[in-house]
Amino acid sequence: MLNYIWAVLIFIGVVYGALTGHMPDVTNGALDSAKSAVELCITMLGVMSLWTGLMEIATRSGIIETFTRKIIPLMRWLFPDVPAEHEAMSHMSTNMIANFLGLGWAATPAGLLAMKSLAELNTKNSESASNAMCAFLVINISSIQLIPVNIIAYRSQYGSVNPASIIGPAIIATTVSTVAGVIFCRIAQRHRHSKNGGAA
Amino acid sequence: MKFFLIISDFIIPLIMLGIVAHGIRKKRPVYDDFVDGAKKGIKTVIGIMPTLIGLMVGVGVLRSSGFLDMLTQVTQKFSDKIFFPAQLIPLTFIRMFSSSAATGLALDIFNQYGPDSYIGIVTSIMMSCTETIFYTMSVYCIAAGIKKTRWTLPGALLCTFAGIVASVLLARMM
Repeated sequence: MLNYIWAVLIFIGVVYGALTGHMPDVTNGALDSAKSAVELCITMLGVMSLWTGLMEIATRSGIIETFTRKIIPLMRWLFPDVPAEHEAMSHMSTNMIANFLGLGWAATPAGLLAMKSLAELNTKNSESASNAMCAFLVINISSIQLIPVNIIAYRSQYGSVNPASIIGPAIIATTVSTVAGVIFCRIAQRHRHSKNGGAA
Repeated sequence: MKFFLIISDFIIPLIMLGIVAHGIRKKRPVYDDFVDGAKKGIKTVIGIMPTLIGLMVGVGVLRSSGFLDMLTQVTQKFSDKIFFPAQLIPLTFIRMFSSSAATGLALDIFNQYGPDSYIGIVTSIMMSCTETIFYTMSVYCIAAGIKKTRWTLPGALLCTFAGIVASVLLARMM
């Protein structure tokens, strides 16, 4: 996917630049961008390391496990089809907590394990996603996140007066999108339930 | 809104305090753990550096050719009607397919308009509350051997749409 997107960026840029007589700008644009990418990485080294350092303390002192246990009631409500003691529940909780804290490296493996355990429960039609899978994916995609660390680092690199000022609004926005997703999941699950006589 | 701007100011220090306090209570060597974690952060950033250089060059070429400005002018009339900045249309679209390409465009917007401008703020919020729908769906569904995703895509699109609307409204309030 990215290979095509990147090629299209370069292709359109160079061809359009040639047609409109912007070739010197294109040259400068390419060189300047490469330079500012490295400058950006230097800013990010600091912000990112601060965050991953804190998260390492959190992970090693068991914050993920603590949260995972605490959200079990919520998980039961979100995924009524999954037995509470099934391992899919704990994988899904870990994935959500890790996403919430911005721990991408912990979120993806847990998410993939969750999908695999959900597949074990999905005996009826193994090629079609179960309600629980759809709900899990929608909530995952709605991307609930406490601190958008990358965005803060980018903002600080480009001279924002207060790079962290967007945290509050970002929390509201991510909550809005997640609530929309959860409502959609509830309606979609109920709809399927009644259609299949509560068996789905 | 003011309350949430206060949250913005307080949350990072409070998280630092909370995590360190939790670590001490669990008798962890907190500073050693921090340093180990920071090493991972360095590795992560160094790891994404080549990607970032590639994508920023790609977007930089597109920007300096004047193509993005042309695209903005073309879509302006339509996007003004829905109170959506025309400059953000390419970003909104790309965001669903590739996180790193979207980052490239977002950085270009910060560079062009500044992160504290209206467009910069919408970009910041939008990037924090949306996800690469198609990428995530394909990775997760392949893992579970799923071919029919049923109502996942409509749900994901709804979330993204809700997030974008919220971003625009919140940025107007800030």
